[in-house]
Amino acid sequence: MILWLLVRRSLRQHLLSTVVTALSLALAGGLLMSVWVVKRQARATFTGQTGAWDAVLGARGAKLQLVLNALFHLEASPGNVAFSDFQTLSSNRVVALAIPIAVGDNYLGYRIVGTLTNLFTEAEAAPGRRFRLVAGGRWFEDGYREAVVGSFVAQRLGLKPGDTFKPYHGLNFNPKEQHEDEYVVTGILEPSNTPADRVLWIPLAGLQNMSGHSAATVSDVSAVLVKLRSAVAGQQLDMLYNKQGDRLTFAWPLGTVLAQLFDKMGWFDQVLELVAYLVALVAAGSVLASIYNSLSARRRDLAILRALGARRILVFASIILEATSIAAFGMVLAWGLYAVIMGAVSAVIRAQTGVVLDPWAWDPVLVIAPLALVVLGALAGVLPAIKAYSNPVAENLAPES
Amino acid sequence: MALLEIENLRKSFRTPYGQLLPVVDVPGFRLSAGEQVALSGPSGTGKTTFLNLIAGILTGDSGHILLDGQNMTTLSEPDRDRHRAAVIGYIFQTFNLLQGFTCLENVLLGMSFGPGADRVRARSLLERVGLGDRLDYFPRQLSTGQQQRVAVARALANQPKLVLADEPTGNLDPTNAAQSLALIRELCAEQGSALLLVSHDPAVLASFPRRESLATLNQASRTEVAL
Repeated sequence: MILWLLVRRSLRQHLLSTVVTALSLALAGGLLMSVWVVKRQARATFTGQTGAWDAVLGARGAKLQLVLNALFHLEASPGNVAFSDFQTLSSNRVVALAIPIAVGDNYLGYRIVGTLTNLFTEAEAAPGRRFRLVAGGRWFEDGYREAVVGSFVAQRLGLKPGDTFKPYHGLNFNPKEQHEDEYVVTGILEPSNTPADRVLWIPLAGLQNMSGHSAATVSDVSAVLVKLRSAVAGQQLDMLYNKQGDRLTFAWPLGTVLAQLFDKMGWFDQVLELVAYLVALVAAGSVLASIYNSLSARRRDLAILRALGARRILVFASIILEATSIAAFGMVLAWGLYAVIMGAVSAVIRAQTGVVLDPWAWDPVLVIAPLALVVLGALAGVLPAIKAYSNPVAENLAPES
Repeated sequence: MALLEIENLRKSFRTPYGQLLPVVDVPGFRLSAGEQVALSGPSGTGKTTFLNLIAGILTGDSGHILLDGQNMTTLSEPDRDRHRAAVIGYIFQTFNLLQGFTCLENVLLGMSFGPGADRVRARSLLERVGLGDRLDYFPRQLSTGQQQRVAVARALANQPKLVLADEPTGNLDPTNAAQSLALIRELCAEQGSALLLVSHDPAVLASFPRRESLATLNQASRTEVAL
């Protein structure tokens, strides 16, 4: 009670430095938690997105680029695959489902992907979850200039069934490169929290035959999404396309391919983590400096307390508790900062990739990081506490002139 | 039996030039329970040091201070702190109120290191010294005389057996000084507390039946004067 009263009053007397110090600790805590959770969730969510598919077949090139292009609608396509290659693959007994996709056009910056209707009717948007349309819509029909629009695109562009649009050539929006073909929106996908939300889907033939596209490649596709009957099938096709063949790339297993992405970004994670640790150290230093400096002004108060009968250990404990309280206050702010950072980061990741992070998902680091920083704050209080502990009473009882 | 008994108490400080300067050298001093004694002496004769030695804030180089049955010179520091909080009430010349705490909290703090904070008693003491309507005021919001009265209330809050007052009226105007002195003596008498009051004000000294001169008690002081 007495200890808490002493600490409360001291914090109030040095309110500005208390708040500034707590804010610097909050920054460290918020950064640490955000970096950790984004890293972990991004890895889990990205690799989880591949769950509906086992492999991707594409032109000879980097597997990672192929997967990012075919599944996440990022990057450029590494090249084309002849339609006959798709037919050969889909007729292979070890393949459960093969769906071709074609890319190369956009509408106001959002990618247009040509595919077959069985993508929606036979494949899954995410493991255990079928594609579903918002009420009032229907799937497009192959052979018609119709489109099904991902939920994110529909929301951003305000598209609804019955609306029409004219695609633009290329993956990036250029107002001068509009096609003549006009498409009618037949349905809007329900949000699936997958990259499918960020795409406008049209019939494969529609994209292949878009006005202005090369006649030589009219039947080609950009990639083939593959669902296998077994893991052994993956090894067989890996051998067939990657080791024996030299025209095509078979990206399998997808988790391993995507792990390369995170391995490549590992240094970035480490830099961010290092920055967060440095901020934490600086913040702990500021706790130390703030309390240590305030002790000069409080020498007389401490001497008065001692003269009234307060034991040295109480003075020591009050300083440690003060440092701990600043750190604890900082950690309350850190959770708020974490929510802000995660809200912003998840919005950016969703806008760029369609992958949705959950800022409110439980992660042990949300408790471990604040606890560690509170302990660090308490440790930062030890040196000032020792100084307060050894504050000579008689010398400091008289007011400073 | 005396409440306070001092024998051969010596205390020296080292000067910046490395020499030992004797400040207190008192062969003997006694104070009975409930007794009120005024201690006089010119500035620099070790009056405050003498009080701090009795309170256990400073430790002597040699000698004994027997206070309420406990030898302050052999007690450990925590035990001295505990004994000081339980037995002594200290009124400082500069009041030494904690600026971040209200009047009531200042009194409660003084109590909390002794027998325990008693809000009712703290309030009644502040009412007794005329500050019943200033309980939640901070020291800076009070006049010098009012601050002095808070310091008096704090010193007497634990019903100490001995009140040490270090020139308690030194910062007050004559009217406030007289009122304050009367209040301190009255409260000590009411509670049965002994009072050892340091002052160099002849009017204050004259009002005490027993007056001691530290210059007479203190051999160190005599030495210093002789030098």
